[in-house]
Amino acid sequence: MSEKAIHVEEHRDDEASKLGMWLFIFTELLLFGGLFLVYSIFRAQYPTEFHQSSLELSVTIGAINTVVLLFSSMTVAMALTAIQKNDQKRALIFIGITLFCAAAFLFNKYFEWGHKIEHGLYPGSDLMPLLDRGHLLYFSLYFFMTGLHALHIIIGMTLLIVCYFKVKSKNINDHDYVLLENGALYWHLVDLIWIFLFPLMYLIS
Amino acid sequence: MSNSTEKIEYVSYLDYQGKYKGFLSWIMATDHKRIGLLYMYSIMTFFFIGAFFGLLMKIEMLSPGETIMKPQTYNGVFTLHGILMIFMVVIPGLSAVFGNFFLPILIGAKDVAFPKLNRFSWWIFIVGSIMAVASQLLKDGPPDTGWTFYAPYSSQTGTNVIMATAAAFVLGFSSILTGLNFIVTIHQMRAPGMRFFNMPLFPWALYATAWIQLLATPIIGITLLMLIAERMFQIGFFDPALGGDPLLFQHLFWIYSHPAVYVMMLPAMGVITEIIPTFCQRQIYGYKAVAISSLAIAGVGFLVWGHHMYTSGMSDQARWFFSLLTFIVAVPSAIKVFNWITTMYNGSIDVKPPFLYALAFIFLFIIGGTTGLLLGSVATNVQVHDTSFVVAHFHYIIFGGMGFAFFAAIHYWLPKMYGRMYNFKIANIALVINFIGFNLLYFPQFIIGVEGMPRRYFDYPAQFQPMQVISSIGGFILVAGLILMVFNLVKGAKSGPVAPSNPWNGSTLEWTLPATPSLENFDEEPVIKENPYDYK
Repeated sequence: MSEKAIHVEEHRDDEASKLGMWLFIFTELLLFGGLFLVYSIFRAQYPTEFHQSSLELSVTIGAINTVVLLFSSMTVAMALTAIQKNDQKRALIFIGITLFCAAAFLFNKYFEWGHKIEHGLYPGSDLMPLLDRGHLLYFSLYFFMTGLHALHIIIGMTLLIVCYFKVKSKNINDHDYVLLENGALYWHLVDLIWIFLFPLMYLIS
Repeated sequence: MSNSTEKIEYVSYLDYQGKYKGFLSWIMATDHKRIGLLYMYSIMTFFFIGAFFGLLMKIEMLSPGETIMKPQTYNGVFTLHGILMIFMVVIPGLSAVFGNFFLPILIGAKDVAFPKLNRFSWWIFIVGSIMAVASQLLKDGPPDTGWTFYAPYSSQTGTNVIMATAAAFVLGFSSILTGLNFIVTIHQMRAPGMRFFNMPLFPWALYATAWIQLLATPIIGITLLMLIAERMFQIGFFDPALGGDPLLFQHLFWIYSHPAVYVMMLPAMGVITEIIPTFCQRQIYGYKAVAISSLAIAGVGFLVWGHHMYTSGMSDQARWFFSLLTFIVAVPSAIKVFNWITTMYNGSIDVKPPFLYALAFIFLFIIGGTTGLLLGSVATNVQVHDTSFVVAHFHYIIFGGMGFAFFAAIHYWLPKMYGRMYNFKIANIALVINFIGFNLLYFPQFIIGVEGMPRRYFDYPAQFQPMQVISSIGGFILVAGLILMVFNLVKGAKSGPVAPSNPWNGSTLEWTLPATPSLENFDEEPVIKENPYDYK
């Protein structure tokens, strides 16, 4: 019975897709919300230890990463505007820049983590159990929260890479760009979470 | 919602030939009705495995001391029973099975908003289920923490806790995606003329449920991830030996797991709200009160988790506050019960199996609900905390409530799902057996609970034996009744007499369709009534 036109007709509803993405973003926020809760409880318990531990982090690298992510949020928004104006070439360039920024962020993170791991400051190391509770919890939370965030960066990058190729093959165009819009929304979420992580981890005083 | 006006030849969704054939036409299906049935088959399978483990426990409890298993095996059995029944049966339960099948139909839609996502959530449900079963079979032995995974034991025991918690995480993801799908479906897919306040009440209940699934599940997700990280890397979130706080785990766990109780119960209440007006041929009493009470239960239900932890170490202020909120959440539940009963008043009641199951639900739910208040008040809770009183209470709610509502829903909608009818007489006999077996199984546990029988204990002093034996006999009666019920349903679905399209004279949209709906449900634009329950 597949010859029936109505059964093969595509039901497309961009409003629904966007609503779905927003709801998914709520769940992501709550996922990190649980972590922020744990963070605030332990920080209230061990304020001085958290402060001392935060001095171990490089505010410079953190600040650079913040700027990089903010910039990439802007470029992904510009890519969306470009596709709405049917400018495929610019859209590809802006998605490319966003992906480059994401990679730069991970690159920085890699060195930051590598530095800590060199000093034996990572969960499961021989040094960690020797630390007192406050320092131990701070570094555990640091790795857990930034690790989970880095995972979200990778998910967001995957989404944007898919968008890149769909823009290239014109599957995303000025009539149908909801996938890129959702990808951009997700990217803003990743950015937003970092905006909270940066002061919580780096700028405690 | 633009479709051609040409008349379309009717083909039942069960006979529809798409791109895939045979088995693949089911597991690759994006049709919400087929996905609903897939969920039903898998959930019923897990239910009987879970019930089998429940029965093993009942056999063990027949006499004090070791009867058929060692204490460690008993720990594994009740943990598996809990994980299976909670995460794989009752949480998806009604919303994934009947929500998938009937939500789009009840609001006049052709499918859910994201059919492929819907299929994907069934797939990951199966992946999570396989992981849960694998956690029992892998070499370190089945987890022995109970389904609550309380730290610090869960971060220290040598059993397969990581696999089991990862399974719960994956199952939670499936639950989130179903909830997301339903919210978008209700917002975007309602047929023209279907507003929120002339929507039937089962979709209302699903709507409230979906918000809980969406907003509460991430919390258990992150908690379980933290537990896994703690076990793998010795991070001290919860283990006091590593600087953590075990109470924090309990808080995070119940922030999800108490609302999860309403994920189980709200759709059950929604089903009962559909059944009662149909069999009384009467307009539901207080439509708006029932609709809003679903949202109220969902909203207040987020704020009562502390009543699981009165004895865990909490300030007095926190205890009375959680107690107050617990009493408040009973109000909307009671509103629903009063409205169901008032709907029956002056109705022309047709006593058919679905209605009888709904009555059994109300009876058992009242017992479960009122004993819940006993547990919600601090003074009595401290006495019966962690006794079999609690076990009896939540089985009255979850099995007596959600389980019986599930059975009511199958008996109500089976003619619409398979186009055939089951035998009423056998259905009624099975119901009576189930009802007697259920009460024999769980009521004695209230009594010995008050007398001090702890939950999750494999052994007990001789004075509890009479009640334990009654309880075990009840377990056997219940399982016999369940087998009879399922046998009758399967026989009806396969070879029962062909059902008319509206066997119960119902007024909601599903009964305007042919006995088995077509692939896209509404080949013509449905006519939406101003009042979904326009009986006299």
